[in-house]
Amino acid sequence: MADDKIITPQKFIEELRRFQKGSVTRRHFLGVTGLGVATAVLGGAMPGLKPRKAYAALSGTVNLTTWPNYHNQENLDAFTKKTGVTINMNVFGSNEEMLAKLQAGSTGWDVFVPTNYTISTYKGLDLIEPLDLKLLPNYDVASQDQRFTSEGTIDGTVYAVPKNWGTTGFVINTKNVTQNPTSWKEFWDLTKGPLSGRVMVHDYQLTTIGNALKYFGYSFNSNDEKQLAEAEKLMLEAKPHLFAINSDYQPSMRNGDAWVSVAWTGDATQLHRDLPEIQYVLGKEGGEIWTDYFAIPKGAANKDAAYALIDWLLTPEINAKEVQAHGYPSTDARTNKLVSKEMLENPILYPAKDLLTNLEFGAAATLTNPLRAEIMARFKSA
Amino acid sequence: MPQLAPISRSKTVTALLVAPAGLFFFFLLVLPLIVVVIYSFGARADAGGYAPAFTLDNYANLPARGQAFFNTLTLAPLGTLLTALFAYPLAYFLAVKASPKSRTLLLVLVIVPFWTSQLLRYYAWIMILGSKGIPSWLAYLGISDLRIINTPWAVLIGAVYGFLPLMVLPIYVSLEKLDKRLLEASADLGANSWRSFLQVTLPLSLPGVATGSMLVFILLMGEYILPQLLGGGKVFFIGNALVDLFLQSRNWPFGAAVSTALVAIMFVTIVIYMRFVLSRGDVRRAALV
Repeated sequence: MADDKIITPQKFIEELRRFQKGSVTRRHFLGVTGLGVATAVLGGAMPGLKPRKAYAALSGTVNLTTWPNYHNQENLDAFTKKTGVTINMNVFGSNEEMLAKLQAGSTGWDVFVPTNYTISTYKGLDLIEPLDLKLLPNYDVASQDQRFTSEGTIDGTVYAVPKNWGTTGFVINTKNVTQNPTSWKEFWDLTKGPLSGRVMVHDYQLTTIGNALKYFGYSFNSNDEKQLAEAEKLMLEAKPHLFAINSDYQPSMRNGDAWVSVAWTGDATQLHRDLPEIQYVLGKEGGEIWTDYFAIPKGAANKDAAYALIDWLLTPEINAKEVQAHGYPSTDARTNKLVSKEMLENPILYPAKDLLTNLEFGAAATLTNPLRAEIMARFKSA
Repeated sequence: MPQLAPISRSKTVTALLVAPAGLFFFFLLVLPLIVVVIYSFGARADAGGYAPAFTLDNYANLPARGQAFFNTLTLAPLGTLLTALFAYPLAYFLAVKASPKSRTLLLVLVIVPFWTSQLLRYYAWIMILGSKGIPSWLAYLGISDLRIINTPWAVLIGAVYGFLPLMVLPIYVSLEKLDKRLLEASADLGANSWRSFLQVTLPLSLPGVATGSMLVFILLMGEYILPQLLGGGKVFFIGNALVDLFLQSRNWPFGAAVSTALVAIMFVTIVIYMRFVLSRGDVRRAALV
């Protein structure tokens, strides 16, 4: 922000709008609200518009459980117009929370958006449906980047189809940060030193512990007790110097309270779009690369509409508009052809190849390891 | 002579009258609490959740959340005390000083903030307490680099702001019904206004303070959003520990043990507090007025 004014009425309304859209948080803010569920009824009945024939069989509501600021509202409205199906969107805070809700049962979800490392756990607990690809005519396996499809398929059965991929790096406000950090080592050292009180990390054990492990050059996914103990020590040293432990970092980055934060691709795209001085850095030691998928939970009430919605959002023309809005790269080559050149050349979405080689996909055991959960709890309560 | 209703019939009537509330509390309070206690002796299932077992491990592990208990048990009483200190003068003004005409309007104004979601108002406080808010004004006065947001102070400010009406209203009620003749008598007997306040008004309004404090204290002990939003995830309450245990690490049995401990601590604290309050004769007398 250029001026040092207190929040202006306009800014406040923007924040409010952002809150309403669910974008003030990537995976956290609304997790903070009523235990993770903020429900926005989108679309609404459009009695004046008759559904097209192909969709005439569809009706009712489809419950979409997803992450904040992860869809293009136009696409969702168009789906409702086309099919007569109202979309009821639930915005969630973390993968653990999604898992906890599904484990507890009767969620009422029809479509949800799990991240790569959770799918085998869902399958193991028998919580997701195998997908019938015949009902997804717009999904083309051949056009998918194979790096991003493998974890949706278990023992030859497809349980989830990729939505988009992304990375976990950190954003820096170059107006305030002159050090030009390029590694996780520098990230943590700056936190403990010159940038004390200005750095945020996620309230998410997978990324926070993972990136602390990278400080020592260990695997992002390490479950080794000794390595985790070293990571914990670093985190506890850094704790008093952190601005916040919160996955809702956009507001603090935008108003200038925080200068550096661990960040996901799309948040970095959105921040950079509004404030060009905010840059995105992938630690050169590596870190996380991930894919979010569409999946259908066991016992979904409106399966037909669920398939129709996934198919709609994976249609290249529609998907390209999604990418334009959320700022995460698509896994689909057909979609990439339709995305604007400006976006395709944006290094936040498509980092240089050599930066990608060190990145690791999160593993199922990394998410569910009880020791990691305890380390995170000790870190937060310290 | 009017005939008295047979005792058996009046018992039936009583039972019918008590039934709705009784059933409500049984199904929505007693049964869930029993489930929580049973779970607290269980074990974490491999993929998270609950697996039947009988172990005291979860209770033995409580010190692992010691800091959360410590934060809650220091900040909740402190927040209650601060809220009372801010609420009392306001309630006094409303009940004693304000003209009857403006009183209703002022009372409505006390309640108006409740019409907006607590969450939105805390979000506004993130902006107010952030570096572009109050600290930037203080910088003009030469107090620079003051950090309020994401500290325990921000949580306390949020507590005072959020719970003020709950404290003001009971104090207001107890002050409003204060018999003005007692103050006249006090003045006649030579007490100045300060002494009258200390020896007449304040003791007689203590039941209101006690009620308000109880309301605020109980809510603060279970607070979760306030430390999360204004504490930036760095001020960790038991409520935050519980959310993490149930939704992040999915260690339900340990979460159940922490919940049981929280309920036990609150129960003991409240019993001690009420006994202390009731043991003060003047308060008891006032409570009977």
